[in-house]
Amino acid sequence: MSSQTADFEALLRQALAPVEPPVDLAERLEVTLVNLTELAADELDAWELGAMRDPRNWVRPGAALVVGTAAGAALVVMRARHRRHSEPESARIAAERALREVFGGARRILGDTRSR
Amino acid sequence: MATTDRTKAELDREFSDLYRAHLRDVYSYAYYRVGNHHDAEDLTEQTFLQAYRHFERAQRESDGRPLRPWLIRIAHNLAANFYRDRSRKPQTTIEDAASISAPHTTETLVEDREELKHVLEGVEQLPDDRREALIMRFALGMDNREIARAMGRSDGATKVLLHRAIRQLEEIVKAPEDELSA
Repeated sequence: MSSQTADFEALLRQALAPVEPPVDLAERLEVTLVNLTELAADELDAWELGAMRDPRNWVRPGAALVVGTAAGAALVVMRARHRRHSEPESARIAAERALREVFGGARRILGDTRSR
Repeated sequence: MATTDRTKAELDREFSDLYRAHLRDVYSYAYYRVGNHHDAEDLTEQTFLQAYRHFERAQRESDGRPLRPWLIRIAHNLAANFYRDRSRKPQTTIEDAASISAPHTTETLVEDREELKHVLEGVEQLPDDRREALIMRFALGMDNREIARAMGRSDGATKVLLHRAIRQLEEIVKAPEDELSA
């Protein structure tokens, strides 16, 4: 590689420098995952029990349940880890908080599922 | 059932790791594709949501290879839809990018701003595939193999694509202003 090419590539690397995401983007992502969970719940609510008797209708609400539960669980993990990284607290307090998050999230997800 | 739960927890933890490791990559790619922070945030958000939905399958099929090219491919597809839906052209605002990205300091920015802006304007003039390859190489630091996977091309074709993109950009940047506007 010629030095001229190397110089140009260095210039290009500088022009296309990595862009740091805004600090609140992680939080926005968490909120969006919650919304996704709720969307999946609405999807299930919209189905009448009568329609469920037809096996051809089982796939869609089943998928909604999977997406909703999965997104909620991911959110719980992300939130617990986010707290752990962002707050300087003792390991015990962090562990207690993470456990509360996990159980609280699981309760919410299970509650949503049962209420259907 | 217990096995399923454990696997699910592992999957979520791995997705969380992926998200943390590549949030900046996806955001940088999105920013240089759409040219503003607002849309870049939306695109980043949508990318990770899509990724989450298909994470298990992607892991299964990746055979242990890094998932960054897969993430960037999702962002690429979403960006293509973004332009198709909104009939927009990418806009790059180097002032905004420079105020956030770490490598630019105030002193060098004053000296280099015009030159860097000129380079970015040149990047915008490149065909889509060449522009994307340059973003992946220089903004994300991806190697040829990763770029090839993200773009669905062979390693050889990607090497040629990058080479031509750099040559074309060099010509654009070196061309006199009046020649460009003619």
